[in-house]
Amino acid sequence: MLEPSTAFPAALSCRGLVKRYGDVVAVDGLDLEVRPGECFGLLGPNGAGKTTTIEILEGLNRPDAGEVSVLGEAWGRGRDRALRQRLGIQLQETKLNDKLSVEETVTLFRSFYARGPAPLEVIRQVSLEEKRGAWVVKLSGGQRQRLSVACALVNQPEVLFLDEPTTGLDPQSRRQLWELIAGFRRGGGTVLLTTHYMDEAEKLCDRVAIVDHGKVIALGTPAELIALLGADHVVEFAVEGEPDTARLAALPGAGQVRREAAGWLLSLRTPHVTIPALLAELERQRLPLLSLTTHHATLEDVFMSLTGRTLRDGA
Amino acid sequence: MNALRRSALWQLSRARMVMFLREPEAVFWVFVFPILLALALGIAFRNQGPQRSAVGVEQGPGAAAVERALAASPDLAVRVLAPDAARVALRRGAIAVLVRPAPAGPPVLIYDPTRPETRLAHLATVDALERAAGRTDPLAVRDDTRVRPGGRYIDFLLPGLIGLNLLGTGMWGIGFPIATARQQKLLKRMIATPMRKTDYLLAFLFARIFWLLLEVGALLLFGWLAFHVVVRGSWLAFTLVVLVGALAFSALGLLVASRAQTIEAVSGWMNAAMLPMWLLSGTFFPADRFPGAVQPLVQALPLTAANNALRAIMNEGAGLAATGWPLLLLAAWAAASFFAALKLFRWE
Repeated sequence: MLEPSTAFPAALSCRGLVKRYGDVVAVDGLDLEVRPGECFGLLGPNGAGKTTTIEILEGLNRPDAGEVSVLGEAWGRGRDRALRQRLGIQLQETKLNDKLSVEETVTLFRSFYARGPAPLEVIRQVSLEEKRGAWVVKLSGGQRQRLSVACALVNQPEVLFLDEPTTGLDPQSRRQLWELIAGFRRGGGTVLLTTHYMDEAEKLCDRVAIVDHGKVIALGTPAELIALLGADHVVEFAVEGEPDTARLAALPGAGQVRREAAGWLLSLRTPHVTIPALLAELERQRLPLLSLTTHHATLEDVFMSLTGRTLRDGA
Repeated sequence: MNALRRSALWQLSRARMVMFLREPEAVFWVFVFPILLALALGIAFRNQGPQRSAVGVEQGPGAAAVERALAASPDLAVRVLAPDAARVALRRGAIAVLVRPAPAGPPVLIYDPTRPETRLAHLATVDALERAAGRTDPLAVRDDTRVRPGGRYIDFLLPGLIGLNLLGTGMWGIGFPIATARQQKLLKRMIATPMRKTDYLLAFLFARIFWLLLEVGALLLFGWLAFHVVVRGSWLAFTLVVLVGALAFSALGLLVASRAQTIEAVSGWMNAAMLPMWLLSGTFFPADRFPGAVQPLVQALPLTAANNALRAIMNEGAGLAATGWPLLLLAAWAAASFFAALKLFRWE
C-alpha cells in the first residue's frame, strides 16, 4: 500500500505496528509514512486505533511489534529527551491545571525546552493575549484547546502531533484552531493529526490514511480518496417500499447504491443526467418519493463505501 | 527571561506553591483549622485555678456558728438551706456535703463517700470545723502552688497539632495533586515534554518545605501570642524534626498516590494510612494510655515519633541528642516510603 519514498526521508514512519490490550488488538500491522512539511491525517471512527498509533509515534506507548522512526530517531535508545526537544504534542483530553493562568501555564511548559519563542509570543500566536492573566478554569472550551496547542508550540517544534484537536468544539473555535494549524505549516512544520471529522481532514490534510480496526484501509490525498468512489456526487433519497437496486445501479452515470438508516444512497458522476433518470425509474417502479437531497462526495462517503459503516457509528 | 524563569525546577516548584495558595479549602485546613482547634481546646481545658467545694448547712439552732466556721476555709463555698431544700441539693449534687448542727455535741456530716469530690469536700469541712474548735497543727507545712508553664494541656496539645499538620499536608498536599494530574492525563502530558521526571517530584518537595515554613510558623506564633507556648529546647532539633517529619509524610503521600487512578481511590488509601495515626499517635491525649500489647505498633508510627520528639523539645527543653531516635525513625519512614513510591510510580 505504501511506496517507500526515496526522494524525501520521512519525518515520521512506522512499519508493521502491532499493539494489543489483552485480547483486543488496537493496532494490527499498521504502516505509515509522513513526509517533512506535510499535514497528514489519521481518519477513522472512535476505537479504530488512531490514538494508540499516535501515542506510539509520540513515544508514550510501546508497540508489541513493529518499527517506529521519528525524525530519523527511534524511541528508547537513550536519546528520548533530545528528541522530545524537537516535538510538539497535544494529547486528547488533557486537563491543564485549573488554577494557573494562561501565561503561567505557557511559561511552565516553555521552561522544559532549551529553545523556542518567548511565552508571550506563543500566547499571541494562539490569540490568547487578552486572557493571559486568566486562570485556566475561566477559559472556554475553545480557548483551553488553543492553550493546549500553545503548550505544544513553545519549542517551535519540527513535528506537531494533534490528537482530535477539535472534538467537542463549536464551529467558530474549530475554524480558529484550523487557522492556527495552517499558520504552523506556513513555518514549514510537519503535522500528524487524528480526527473523526471528515471535513477537518479534507480541509487541513495533504494526505489522509483511513484507519479501521487498527489497519490503514485507504491512503491518499482527499481528492484521490474521493475518486475511489468513482463518483463525486451522492444522492440521498427515501421512498415508500423497496426499490429494485440493480436497476438503479444500471442508470446512466450511476455508481454504487447503498442502504442507510434513513433511506438510500446513490453515488453518481453526472447529476443533471442521473437525477432525472432516477426520478423516472422510481416512478416506473411505483415508489412514492419521500425525500431527495444531493451533496458533493466526502471522505465520509469513502469511509462508508469501504466499511459499510459511518464514521460516527464507532468501532 | 532570566535564568531562574527559564529553570524548569523553579517553574514547577513555583506552580505548586501558587496552586496550593489558590485553593481556599487547602488554606483553611492547613492554616485556619489547626489554629481554631488549638483555640477551642486551649480554652476548654484551661487551668481554672483551685476549685471550691460546695457544702450546705441545715437551718436550725447553731447553724450560724457552723456557717461562720466553714466560711473561714478558702476551700469551701457555704450555703444555709432549709431541711427540705438541703436534701434536694444533696441528692442533685449541688452540694457535696450537708452539715446538720446538733443541739449538743459536734455536727453530723451527711455525704456520699463513693465519689472523690465529696470525700475532698468532707475532708475540707472536717478541717474547717476542727480549726474553728481550736485545733492547733503539730506540723505547719508550707505550700508552693504556682502552675509551671509547659505542664498545661495547651502545652501538650500544640506540638501534637504541629505533628498532625505535618501528616495532613504531606498526605493531601502531595497525594491529591498527583492523583488528580494522573486522572486528568496531565502527568502523561508532562512526560511528553523533555522535562526531567526528578524535577517534577523535587518540585513537590520544595513546595512542601515552603508550606511547612508557613504552617508551622503560623501555629507557633498563635501558640505564643494566645497561650505563651514557647520552644524551650533546641531550635536546631525542632527544625530537624519538623523537616524530617515533613519529608516522611510527603513520601508517604507520594507512596499512596503512586498508582491511584482516581481521586476516590487516593482518598481511600490516604484515610487508611492516616486513621491509625489519628487514633494511636497521641495527638490529643498521651499515647502511653494504650495497652502494652499495642505499644510496639503505636511507637513505630511516624506521627508518634514526631509528636513525642516535638513535645520533648518544646516542653521539656530537649536538645538534639535526646531526639536522635525519633529522627532516625522518621528518616527510615521517609526513605522506605520514597523508594517504594519510586518503584511503584506510574505516570499514566
